[in-house]
Amino acid sequence: MEISRHWRLRKQRYALVGEVCPHCEAKLFPPRDICPECGQEARTLYQFSGRGEVYSYTTVYEPPAGYEENAPYTVALIKLEEGPIVTAQLTDLGDQPVEIGTPVEMVTRRLRQDGDERGMIVYGYKFRPALARVAA
Amino acid sequence: MNDVNNNLLLKPVNPVGIVGYGAYVPRYRLPASEVARVWTNGQTALPIKEKSVPGLDEDVATMSIEAARNAMSRANISPAELRAVWVGSESHPYAVKPTSTLVAEAIGAVPNVQAADWQFACKAGTEAMVAAIGFVGSGMARYAMAIGMDTAQGRPGDALEYTAGAGGAAFVLGPADESLAIIDATYSFVTDTPDFWRRAYAKYPEHGQRFTGEPAYFKHIMEAAQALMEATHTSAADYKYAVFHQPNTKFPQRVASMLGFTKEQIAAGLLVPVIGNTYAGAAIIGLTAILDIAEPGDRVLMVSFGSGAGSDAFAITVADAIRERRDRAPRTQDYIARRTLIDYATYARYRGKITMK
Ligand SMILES: [Zn+2]
Repeated sequence: MEISRHWRLRKQRYALVGEVCPHCEAKLFPPRDICPECGQEARTLYQFSGRGEVYSYTTVYEPPAGYEENAPYTVALIKLEEGPIVTAQLTDLGDQPVEIGTPVEMVTRRLRQDGDERGMIVYGYKFRPALARVAA
Repeated sequence: MNDVNNNLLLKPVNPVGIVGYGAYVPRYRLPASEVARVWTNGQTALPIKEKSVPGLDEDVATMSIEAARNAMSRANISPAELRAVWVGSESHPYAVKPTSTLVAEAIGAVPNVQAADWQFACKAGTEAMVAAIGFVGSGMARYAMAIGMDTAQGRPGDALEYTAGAGGAAFVLGPADESLAIIDATYSFVTDTPDFWRRAYAKYPEHGQRFTGEPAYFKHIMEAAQALMEATHTSAADYKYAVFHQPNTKFPQRVASMLGFTKEQIAAGLLVPVIGNTYAGAAIIGLTAILDIAEPGDRVLMVSFGSGAGSDAFAITVADAIRERRDRAPRTQDYIARRTLIDYATYARYRGKITMK
């Protein structure tokens, strides 16, 4: 059981809330309080837009414990438009092929349940192909 | 109907409107013909073309979060200004633990906020809307969010399995002068009627056979719509659009015709043929599709229906702000166009109908 960890991480997990460095404007995700660019303290919360593109990806057929129900699934490195690269599952692919450079957007989804069906449901960010605006 | 007077109308002290709205429909679609193929050898008249099916990682919380984000994009207010986040559904992910706190946390509306889950079968969403109108209209809150969202399930092979879809909408209610559509008035008509229910721990609902049509759906929608129109001195011809709870294609078409509305008036909001019955989301997602194309001055009649039973009727007038706000988020038809067909086996897996242990 990791209830306290799930609770502590909820803001960054649900909504991609990271940090911005007040000294050099670098955007940090995940939040780590020290700016990797200039080495100074960076604790100002920053809401990422959720937009980015696929930097690299792979499909998982042998999932780690807790993720069996979703297999096979695709995990990607996403380059956020603000700069940082995050690792996340891709979702809502349907029959759409994934390519490097595919524009994606953040959605909040069920990641897994903690333990069995009696445990808490863990929610967090995933990315899906950017929704096409077709209606005029 | 003679005893209907203005006292029955629900009208807030301060005028209230819709400041932002957002829809959500999952990507996957199950054709009704697939259900018929598996259970009746294809020998069934199909109530709709296809229904929306949520992915493995979706539920009412995740779907509500996306609709809420769309509504906030259109409203363009700080989430810290919301004083309520209310989610109406009959498929909340937990039996005990609110969906609304998770949604409020995800959109940044915590901690200075009311959060609660509403339950009234398919009208839980409009029930939350009426409460939000009161919350804003009384001056207790400047903005309140009401959501209706469902991932309904029908027993395999049951008539409801053809139509039980997934989707819904979120609304930010706020002061009328900041709104993209004004709530002119609402009226609710409620009785204790045993047309449909699901007992605690039961996975699938039961329906009261002959109770589902005339004494439930038609009776409550007709009474609510007629009383609202009478009290607001309007008739069907005054409305550019109308949307009714849509459990299948025929019911809303028939009730519209009984009330004097034409096919053209209900076309924009009639989404059940292509996404199924989204329960608490059904009437209100139709409203989002209407707002996507409506022009300032257009009047809209919306009447929900929830089993058990009751209807909430809304008279709405579209305002100027609709033009600049509607494209700040995806339109409902964008979600409908994003569509991947699945077969019954994939559907059974996605809906947890395959036992793993
Ligand atoms: Zn820095």
